[in-house]
Amino acid sequence: MKWFHISAVMGVSLLCIGHGLGLFVAPPEAMMGDVGRILYVHVPTAWVALVVYLISFGAAVGSLWFGRLTWDATVRASVEVGVVLTALLVFQGSVWARPTWGVWWAWDPRLTTTAIMMITYVAILIMRNAIQDSPRRLVITAVATIVAFVDVPIVYFSVKWWKSLHQDHSSPDTVSDPMILPLRLAAIGMLLLALGLIGARRKTELDRLNQEVDPASLPEPIEALSVPGESE
Amino acid sequence: MSPLTQSAHQVLSILKKDLLIEWRARTRVLSLLCFTAIILLLFSFAVGPDTATLRRHCGGYLWLSLLFCSTAMLSRSLRIEEESGAMDSLLLAPISPIWIFLGKATANAIELFIIGLMTLPICFALCDVAIADSAWRLLVIIALGSAGLAAPGTLFATITERIQGQVLLMPLLLFPLVVPMLLAAVKSTSLILTGDLMDEGGDWLTLLVFFNAMYWPLCGVLFERVVEV
Repeated sequence: MKWFHISAVMGVSLLCIGHGLGLFVAPPEAMMGDVGRILYVHVPTAWVALVVYLISFGAAVGSLWFGRLTWDATVRASVEVGVVLTALLVFQGSVWARPTWGVWWAWDPRLTTTAIMMITYVAILIMRNAIQDSPRRLVITAVATIVAFVDVPIVYFSVKWWKSLHQDHSSPDTVSDPMILPLRLAAIGMLLLALGLIGARRKTELDRLNQEVDPASLPEPIEALSVPGESE
Repeated sequence: MSPLTQSAHQVLSILKKDLLIEWRARTRVLSLLCFTAIILLLFSFAVGPDTATLRRHCGGYLWLSLLFCSTAMLSRSLRIEEESGAMDSLLLAPISPIWIFLGKATANAIELFIIGLMTLPICFALCDVAIADSAWRLLVIIALGSAGLAAPGTLFATITERIQGQVLLMPLLLFPLVVPMLLAAVKSTSLILTGDLMDEGGDWLTLLVFFNAMYWPLCGVLFERVVEV
């Protein structure tokens, strides 16, 4: 059993416990009642989606720096998992908005910037699939992923920068004590599940790339480009 | 000659070359201007003849037409280099790719700024607006907005020109990324055209400066890696 299998199994288990506590043990939300229980799904999805994009950014920097397929596979895997999480996030948000705001979609800064972020990363995946040449694909995917990361802090701070219908960031400080444990368990569970999915997708992508690419054709790592004799 | 002066000289040489190419093919600028005017007319048709609505959204129409125009302009400016193999020659020259990027992106920003200025009277006439606030501020916004579109636009145009037959990718990658910049440009322009009662213009202008300060160095550094492959 690989580490990502363990991570995914632990993630699903913690998600079940966290959601069970959120549904049956935690008190209903003061203003929204039982509708507010979607918090235990929606907030962890949002947190983990942003963490996964942070991983994709780190992997993209690593991909450019080292020029290795392992980093490239991590970029692809994390962007794919990030897109799935963001799609879920938008769907959950829409379901939550209907009973609370009265609409499925509002042109609110948080919602709009999140949708834009998802489309940006989908565009990166489309672009990646359009490039046949592996070294070029590695560099261009990494560059686009680094530039796209500019959207992530904008999504995070959008509720502070603009007048937003969306509530401020949910954290243990903004919810009552009985809600903290299910929220934390669900968040850790979602993170472990996401890491497990990234690990599994990374492995299949790496296997595919290793069959496809001649390692000698990859761009030189940046450290190899330093002035000769300097490192000696 | 100090390294800084030398670099500035290299950037100016690239800038001069790109502007000269555009000057020698002036009809292309005219075609871009016609394209922008057609988009503005289409907005007027789509929204209808209600002058109050057109006036209220004039800033949005102006920037959306400039955004559409920028994709055509940026793709073309890089295609000229790729088709004639000029980019490879530029890369062989003893110039850092960062200075090549700065020269090309500045030339694109200047061209977009000029198209923006030429579009203004058309936009004002179609939407029946007049400048309610200072005109120089509008010029600063158009300059900053053009620069904000040119930096990521030049990078993505370089990327998509290297992926054969994927012209649709350029707007697909560029549009979502420039949305915050576009929002700031639209808001600041609208405030100038309709009046800034709450004194919000400064904040949006700061946001425009912030995005430029972030995109120019980031895209410059990444351009170096893109042209290597």
